[in-house]
Amino acid sequence: MDILTVLPFLLMIFVVAILLGTEVISKVPSILHTPLMSGSNAISGITVVAALVAAGEGHNWVSTLLGTAAVAFAMINVVGGYLVTNRMLSMFKKHEEPKP
Amino acid sequence: MTFLAEMVYIAAAVLFVVGIKRMSAPATARKGNLLSSLGMFLAVLGTLIHFRILTPEFILLGMVIGSAAGAVLARVVKMTEMPQMVALLNGFGGLASLLVGWAEYHKNPSADLYTAVTTFLTVVVGGLTFSGSVIAWAKLKEVMTGKPILFRGQQTLNAAVLLSVFAGGVLFSMDPANNYPIFIALVGVGLLLGVTSVIPIGGADMPVVISLLNSYSGIAGCLAGFVIQNTVLIVTGSLVGASGIILTNIMCKAMNRSLANVLFSGFGSVTAKASAGEKGEVKSLTAPDAYALLEAAGSVLFVPGYGLAVAQAQHACHELAALLEKNGAEVAFAIHPVAGRMPGHMNVLLAEANVSYDLLKEMDDVNPGIDAVDVAVVIGANDVVNPAAREDASSPIFGMPIINVDKARTVIVMKRSMAAGFAGIENPLFYKENTRMLFGDAKAVLQELVSEFKRT
Repeated sequence: MDILTVLPFLLMIFVVAILLGTEVISKVPSILHTPLMSGSNAISGITVVAALVAAGEGHNWVSTLLGTAAVAFAMINVVGGYLVTNRMLSMFKKHEEPKP
Repeated sequence: MTFLAEMVYIAAAVLFVVGIKRMSAPATARKGNLLSSLGMFLAVLGTLIHFRILTPEFILLGMVIGSAAGAVLARVVKMTEMPQMVALLNGFGGLASLLVGWAEYHKNPSADLYTAVTTFLTVVVGGLTFSGSVIAWAKLKEVMTGKPILFRGQQTLNAAVLLSVFAGGVLFSMDPANNYPIFIALVGVGLLLGVTSVIPIGGADMPVVISLLNSYSGIAGCLAGFVIQNTVLIVTGSLVGASGIILTNIMCKAMNRSLANVLFSGFGSVTAKASAGEKGEVKSLTAPDAYALLEAAGSVLFVPGYGLAVAQAQHACHELAALLEKNGAEVAFAIHPVAGRMPGHMNVLLAEANVSYDLLKEMDDVNPGIDAVDVAVVIGANDVVNPAAREDASSPIFGMPIINVDKARTVIVMKRSMAAGFAGIENPLFYKENTRMLFGDAKAVLQELVSEFKRT
């Protein structure tokens, strides 16, 4: 497909995602900003999707090698990001007020 | 079949957004994170099923290595080391985007102008995110000096590097098929740019830098999405990019400095000279005196700074807070946005020490009612409670929003000695009429107070 047909569509997605992201993220309270950052590290590991394709198509060994390295680094973000975010969030507890 | 993959990607994008939305409250945040990870699982699974994967052994290898490394990292990291971990993850995100851009180019060097431009941008932004994050990590980890590294001609060098990025980008994009060497050079220049732009920034400003690099890693992913025209990459990259920018802004506002000032001024390279003028008298007190004050207090506000974490005093602090609550006092923790080494860091450290999250208050929530607080206890914090920011127009931190502890009825400041804070700025709080200094190691002092309470 001609890029000029696709590009406006991609830019539309980009703009809407930015607006939506700004809206949703500004509602995250400062108490959770560290988990927000590690959580966004995790979702930015979505690059793994592109890396999988690059590594798996088997065009040539250089692309496979670069793709495989990209898969590994993106997976560190995915697994490490989600796990550490979960670890942090599980520490946020509300304790019952002590009865005087 | 592309249709099916696209549908899975849309589902993943929705789950990511819902996941972040659930982060708007601590009670729902954990579930949000789970939903988000479900989205990721679907996206990966969908991709593996949909695309013809010819070299599964390599992919498996990459996935296993990455997952194992990530799992270990997430398990062993100390909560005080979260900034380093996030810096590292920012860097890996950037590096993954760089590698994807490179692999795509290698696969098809004679791409059209659109692909060439987006590929070159992906590689440069990805590269600078990676190397910049490594420098930020090294500064946080203190394997390199936290002081700004400044030298003559630095601005000229930065300008030259930036210029060569653009020049190289234009040359490359005009004829990508015959310009592999230029492409490699662009990778190198991108990496160089990350180094030269982060070394002049002081260790104290790393919270801003890792927020910004967080944003860059998102932008790099977004650009990679444009290269391969993949919608879920664009959506996710935009979300992360927006998140990083929002956090960067919050950090800058909390320090009353512009982003340009943080990035280019070399703040902290000169030690501020002690302000002249009368200082007044410092009144110190002993732990038993402090106990008497706290025991009689109806409301106590703790103001922790990073010094609390350095002294590993979070648990002792929680224990004291719990005893005070039992004693009938109203207890809260006031957290300044830049307390700790990254956005929200102090909250995590206190949550780890079992402090109930409803006691963790933001600066803007405590300031209006602070004159009704009986005792404010400042532990290991300095600049964020410095009234000079409000009163002294000549102070380097003038205009920075602070927690107005000096307006509380009594202020107890726990401090090792009278040395100036991180930024080397005098703090008139220590000389105020209603301030009492409690000298010593924060952990030891807190434990002493705890045992005083337990004795009675």
